[in-house]
Amino acid sequence: MSTPQTATQTNDAHDGGHGDISVGLSGAGASGDGAASATRITPGNALRPEDIALAVSRGTAKPSADVAELALRLGDDALILAQRLGHWISRAPELEEDIALGNIALDQLGHARSFLSYAGGLDGRSEDDLAYFRREPEFRSVQIFEQPNGDFAHTIARQFVVSYYQFELYRRLAQSTDATLAGIAAKAVKEVDYHRDHSAQWVLRLALGTDESRQRMIHAFKTVWPYVDELFRDDELTGRLSETAAAPQPSSLRADFDRLTGEILAEAELQVPNVQPAPGGGRRGLHSEHLGYILAEMQVLAREYPGASW
Amino acid sequence: MTTPEPHAGNVWPIWEVFVRSSRGLSHVHAGSLHAPDAAMALRNARDLYTRRNEGVSIWVVPADAIASSDPDSKGSFFESPQGKDYRHATYYTKSEGVKHL
Repeated sequence: MSTPQTATQTNDAHDGGHGDISVGLSGAGASGDGAASATRITPGNALRPEDIALAVSRGTAKPSADVAELALRLGDDALILAQRLGHWISRAPELEEDIALGNIALDQLGHARSFLSYAGGLDGRSEDDLAYFRREPEFRSVQIFEQPNGDFAHTIARQFVVSYYQFELYRRLAQSTDATLAGIAAKAVKEVDYHRDHSAQWVLRLALGTDESRQRMIHAFKTVWPYVDELFRDDELTGRLSETAAAPQPSSLRADFDRLTGEILAEAELQVPNVQPAPGGGRRGLHSEHLGYILAEMQVLAREYPGASW
Repeated sequence: MTTPEPHAGNVWPIWEVFVRSSRGLSHVHAGSLHAPDAAMALRNARDLYTRRNEGVSIWVVPADAIASSDPDSKGSFFESPQGKDYRHATYYTKSEGVKHL
């Protein structure tokens, strides 16, 4: 399945019985006079998690074991970040920022659903099976994603790092020899590009704002930066995937990441923190003390009431 | 504090948001929001008012930069044209032989 095909699959996906978005292509305003409303509603066409789940169930998209493992890793990264960011809803400094972080969280949740739907294609597990019914050591996310929100500056520092990392990753993954991975990444990269901008704007404002905001920004980067190194570590899986041009080696993203984050940090008159890297191990299921609590909150409903819907 | 400043303290100023729904149409007022500066106002507007594919272009304007007509002077402002049908083209009879009018 490649991206151009997905436009024609959008309507097929309704057969799948997955949670449909409430506004269809023929929904209010879609065919109406555009001048009539400043808030015209059209869903637009793009690769959706439902399309992937359907392609997987029909057998038109099936990941190799290695690709499925990579999709699990990237899906877990996005899922844990979405859960973290979702916590800001009703707690951000202003209502508008509350919505901005909620938007980013939902983008990440969308990426997670796509990756996990595809990963489940290996053994028939659904996105929900993977999200709600795996235990902590089975999660493959890198540890930076589970780091606490802290104050607003901490959340921005974490978001700054991961959005620049995800952008470099998805930009390359959009060229993957695996068409589904390429399709997911091609859609995600546009969204992550905006996440980069959002966090960079805040890094500049906090770092160049008041003494208080600058101190908090500096402290936040110092706390987050030990977890940067793990994002760019290669292992046997990434080695095999890069040989078949299915995915880049994480280490190959580092130069661009350093250059682009360096430009923003320099503009913000900040130094790259000089800290020792954390041991990491998230890709092997070794997590910091924070992930268990996230999973407890995220999974409790699905585990208490399996199959619950509302 | 007896006379609070409109933007005193940590309250972000209000911006009015105008969204163009597609090329060739004009920007239409969509609503308002808070933002610390114009760059962030554009981003907040993107998040608040174009979530469902509503726009291809956004303007933001500081709310206090907008001068508006006084609702109390509605009569003198807007009711005077009533009954002046000679201000409409349909008031006039077409001259003979004029095409495409």
